[in-house]
Amino acid sequence: MSSGQDRVDVEVESKRPDEPAKGKGHPNTCPVCGSHYRDEELVRTLRVCPQCGHHFAVGARERIEQLADPDSFVEEAEDLRSADVLEFFDLRPYTERLAEAEVETGLGDAMIVGRASIEEQPCRLAVMDFAFMGGSMGSVVGEKFVRACDSAAAAGVPLVSVSASGGARMQEGILALMQLPKTVCAIEELHEARGTLLSVLTHPTTGGVLASFASLGDVVVAEPGALMSFAGPRVVAQTTREKLPDDFGRAESNYRFGHVDAIVPRSELRPTLSRLLRLFASP
Amino acid sequence: MPSNAEIRLRERLSKLGAMKLLRGAKLTGELDRLQDQLDRLREEPTAEDIWRSVELARHQDRPYTLDYVERIFDDFFELHGDRGRADDHAIVSGLGKLDGRTVVLVGHQKGRDLKERTNRNFGMAYPEGYRKAMRAMALADRHGFPLVTMVDTPGAYPGVAAEQHGQGGAIARSQAAMVKLSVPTVACIIGEGGSGGAVAIAVADRVLMQENAIYSVISPEGCAAILWRDAGEARKAAAAFKPDAAHCLELGVVDAIVPEPEGGAHEDPDAAAAQLGTAISEALAEIEGLDPVERRRERRTKYRQMGILARV
Repeated sequence: MSSGQDRVDVEVESKRPDEPAKGKGHPNTCPVCGSHYRDEELVRTLRVCPQCGHHFAVGARERIEQLADPDSFVEEAEDLRSADVLEFFDLRPYTERLAEAEVETGLGDAMIVGRASIEEQPCRLAVMDFAFMGGSMGSVVGEKFVRACDSAAAAGVPLVSVSASGGARMQEGILALMQLPKTVCAIEELHEARGTLLSVLTHPTTGGVLASFASLGDVVVAEPGALMSFAGPRVVAQTTREKLPDDFGRAESNYRFGHVDAIVPRSELRPTLSRLLRLFASP
Repeated sequence: MPSNAEIRLRERLSKLGAMKLLRGAKLTGELDRLQDQLDRLREEPTAEDIWRSVELARHQDRPYTLDYVERIFDDFFELHGDRGRADDHAIVSGLGKLDGRTVVLVGHQKGRDLKERTNRNFGMAYPEGYRKAMRAMALADRHGFPLVTMVDTPGAYPGVAAEQHGQGGAIARSQAAMVKLSVPTVACIIGEGGSGGAVAIAVADRVLMQENAIYSVISPEGCAAILWRDAGEARKAAAAFKPDAAHCLELGVVDAIVPEPEGGAHEDPDAAAAQLGTAISEALAEIEGLDPVERRRERRTKYRQMGILARV
């Protein structure tokens, strides 16, 4: 495990999670060094730039392929979908944004949960996908996380969460905020059952997800360069009119301040999780 | 066609009616209160009503936590500091007497004039504030004192030092601390219930919300800036995400609405405090008799059921 390089390349629009950040080129063009790759090249390199080490975003399904033993993953609670309780309408109806996200990502919501093994260590996985409405947490993400905790506790295996989120989903109003205490309750009960939560923070993990389950892992690790702040850089800059440090909210800064146990480059994530699963499997 | 809120309240009314023999006299008040709330709820708040709540919740003369504390609790003794790094003035904590028993109070505190507002950081806490809250919660649990919290914050402070000191983790851990408590807990949303910074001290057996308070996932201006690209559309945003008390009750996020004097709590702080004090006493009376393990289980069950889902 190395502390990685300081990379503050990605302009995160954490508070506008349902749109791609502005001024970006092709998704397979490295925003740091400008190298361009074919998609299959990036799949092979775990979506890490071979030239400069930049960590591209990874979708939930691809992340599971990277981490879980082949064919070991069995999805749970995949039939859950968001309800539009508030009949939320901004410039577009929430239902339309949901339908579009589902078509674009092939996911039912911003998290996939299920059973899996990592280097033959059984576990449960809860993996977020930033491409689904900025990985925002509403009722479905909260419920899936709770079920993953319960499933882990019942099976007596650890839960591994991989977060990527702009925060709570505004379109679900106060119920989105209530997913914070909801997931916290589930972790508390997992812990009381002597269960384990390993939390992996990927770029970005901000707002309500950082302020709930992502911070409560028995072990918290982060990918290099991942933004992990409660408030996004733009909000902080506007509110405080301070010049932000270059590594504001980044994994490296959080590591220095004692909020993260380790910064783990993506190529080392699977073996690292496997080590931790073995350590926690001790009777 | 009855709204969800009506159905929910009717269910609670019928449940409470059936429990009459078990819990006796205290129920009558609760039944009346629910009936009263049912009557209010029949009228869905309009966009104008919602915006009025936003304005009243932020009214410069609205009573703040310590205004209520001095009127509701006897012999209040303030506790300062997180025992680690600082004393965050955006959160107050202390011990006081309510109906003769000692309770622990934790609440956000805003300032009245410019100097005090700055000193209180406009009610926006740093992680140190949440650690101070957790220290008070642990004290309550150790001594078996009920915990009362008062929520009134635009949000946790978004600053460089706040992030460096672990704002996200502090909010998460404060919620976890409230989930663990064995003592009875009552949270009161008395003004602005702004996002994570609010829920950090609002995970309780009973959550009360004043009639003109707001409780929301993001500020109306923040939501408008993101979704409408214009913070000036705050009214539209508030109407869309519905932070008012009636909607929070309807969604099961709060357990009861506490009435305010005509025109809002600032019109008559004494009367507002009397109504809030009564509601806190009633809420504590409902939960104090329960077995601690059962009470905590019910608290967790309540939060574990938060949310509304569909299926494919």
